[in-house]
Amino acid sequence: MDDTVTLKGQAAHAAARRLAPGPQGKKPRPMFSPRNIMIYGALIFAAAYYLLPLYVMVVTSLKGMPEIRLGNIFSPPLEITFEPWVKAWSSACTGLNCDGLSRGFWNSVRITIPSTIVSIAIASINGYALANWRFKGADLFFTILIVGAFIPYQVMIYPIVIVLREMGLYGSLTGLIIVHTIFGMPILTLLFRNYFTSLPEELFKAARVDGAGFWTIYFKIMLPMSLPIFVVAMILQVTGIWNDFLFGVVFTRPEYYPMTVQLNNIVNSVQGVKEYNVNMAATILTGAVPLIVYFVSGRLFVRGIAAGAVKG
Amino acid sequence: MNNVSVSVRDLSLSFGAVTVLDTLNLDIKNGEFLVLLGSSGCGKSTLLNCIAGLLDVTGGQIFIKDKNVTWEEPKDRGIGMVFQSYALYPQMTVERNLSFGLRVAKLPQAEIDKRVARAAEILQIQPLLKRKPSELSGGQRQRVAIGRALVRDVDVFLFDEPLSNLDAKLRSELRVEIKRLHQSLENTMIYVTHDQIEALTLADRIAVMKSGVIQQLADPMTIYNFPENLFVAGFIGSPSMNFFRGEIKDKGGRKVVEVNGVDFGMEAYPARGSLEAGRKVVLGVRPEHVKVDESVSGMEVHDAVVDIEEPMGADNLLWLKHAGQTMSVRIAGSRRYAPGTALKLSFDMAMASVFDAVTENRI
Ligand SMILES: Nc1ncnc2c1ncn2[C@@H]1O[C@H](COP(=O)(O)OP(=O)(O)OP(=O)(O)O)[C@@H](O)[C@H]1O
Ligand SMILES: [Mg+2]
Repeated sequence: MDDTVTLKGQAAHAAARRLAPGPQGKKPRPMFSPRNIMIYGALIFAAAYYLLPLYVMVVTSLKGMPEIRLGNIFSPPLEITFEPWVKAWSSACTGLNCDGLSRGFWNSVRITIPSTIVSIAIASINGYALANWRFKGADLFFTILIVGAFIPYQVMIYPIVIVLREMGLYGSLTGLIIVHTIFGMPILTLLFRNYFTSLPEELFKAARVDGAGFWTIYFKIMLPMSLPIFVVAMILQVTGIWNDFLFGVVFTRPEYYPMTVQLNNIVNSVQGVKEYNVNMAATILTGAVPLIVYFVSGRLFVRGIAAGAVKG
Repeated sequence: MNNVSVSVRDLSLSFGAVTVLDTLNLDIKNGEFLVLLGSSGCGKSTLLNCIAGLLDVTGGQIFIKDKNVTWEEPKDRGIGMVFQSYALYPQMTVERNLSFGLRVAKLPQAEIDKRVARAAEILQIQPLLKRKPSELSGGQRQRVAIGRALVRDVDVFLFDEPLSNLDAKLRSELRVEIKRLHQSLENTMIYVTHDQIEALTLADRIAVMKSGVIQQLADPMTIYNFPENLFVAGFIGSPSMNFFRGEIKDKGGRKVVEVNGVDFGMEAYPARGSLEAGRKVVLGVRPEHVKVDESVSGMEVHDAVVDIEEPMGADNLLWLKHAGQTMSVRIAGSRRYAPGTALKLSFDMAMASVFDAVTENRI
């Protein structure tokens, strides 16, 4: 009897609490509070600041030359034309030949893909060895690698030219691929080492007790857990190598020039009138690859950067 | 010699300039459950990793089943290991986790299936075989981790704090299960923990470690009742042993430990050596070795007043000030004493421990 009384009492108490007047649930927030205006204002301003040049480029690339000469760079095209894009891709003149950016595009593809794959493969194994196998001299090796990352490129260009010449690779695509692979090594190794260090060490120990060796652990245990960091490395390398200009000019011959160098040649070619619409289209075409890479894998990129940054 | 399963001889290990283990010796018998007990950072895991072959020793030797394995790879030592963080391979199903080592060793598929099935049955994880580790609870994960050691069919199991990531209830369940596993498999187990309850309940023998040195190696009851030194005495037991700093005196032919003017007669104490007068000592008495208001012959009876009462269900813990020290007494849970109550304490000196105040060793 006593029990039921207290149970009833509790229920009544709970009901009273439920019905109590006054604030409850989610706190309402006004849309146009000073705080929101500040935050969204700043964000919209920053976005506009970065998007405006892109807008101008897209708009200009879709106009004909007569319309451009009117001088209003912000106005949308009166008459949309894709002529400049076609010209930029297939018939714009780059100094000697007039076959547009397409040649540079395929050169860049032939440079970027092998450089990215080779540098990531080597750097991930480096990072794995440094993080998990603490071999003799590992610290020294790592220090040297990191110091390498801080030496300015310009200092190394001429010695590398000589080395490539002696190897008979100067001016070839292979030579440029080797250079890109080497220059990607410090930062990528650091990235992978930190990522592998952040993985639980006991996992590695368990695999060793299970009898797995260097390569088995790398391929069967580490690789499947490391997709995000591989995506980060891929984005860094693809954008870095694709956007490279200096190495492309210095280490290759004109027929192997990457897209960036050809873009420069188109934009700066002195013959005839400046075709702003073609230049804009060419620029967008050149920047398209890194942009697409970002859009496709941006989410993984952020996750990988975060994972690598937390520890190590 | 052939009764020894794992033998550690003069083992030393340093990380650079830091020496963690220094000429450590330890023999573990066949089928024995040995617990390495010590506070954080004392080198328990380091010792276990040396035995497993996951750390290169700086000096000394390790024998497993009479074979010198000092330079052997972990997989060739005949050991299985279970880690605190479970260390399950996240991308593999439970079944593939269990069979990974066997697949690496290229065992025939039939044999692999047989061993996985057996381990799954022993640990009752058959329904989980197709799941990924992320789909398991903590207790289930640790079962799988134990299973991974089980399928290796080895003589020696190494556990590194396997239960400390689990909540209290699961911990006590799995503790019983590990004990049952040991009773049915009868292989050697070396178990690292800093939990004294685990140590006392599981161990055949406990090695209490402090800064890389084994302080005492004995069965749990000996460790509990006859601690070899002050560290072991203070480390084991909750609440910890009551300590009284005093001096041995000769009072009319009677040996006593005088603590702030209060005398504890030493007639019943099983001293190893002589209790010469003037020696500074620490007298230790466990809370349950003091009786309250019960006249027991041969015990030291003192007057005292209750300070705080802590009822704990089965037990009742009384805190009081005596001989200038705070001490605790454990009595049956049904006997209640309000603070301020006067009572008589009877000290069971036969179960007491006396340590030299300087060397801190048992006298
Ligand atoms: N890789 C390392 N480099 C340098 N010092 C280390 C390394 N690993 C452990 N130590 C040191 O060795 C000592 C013993 O470490 P160990 O991991 O064996 O302790 P533990 O008894 O297992 O402690 P816990 O209960 O916290 O696991 C610690 O003082 C630690 O700082
Ligand atoms: Mg440890």
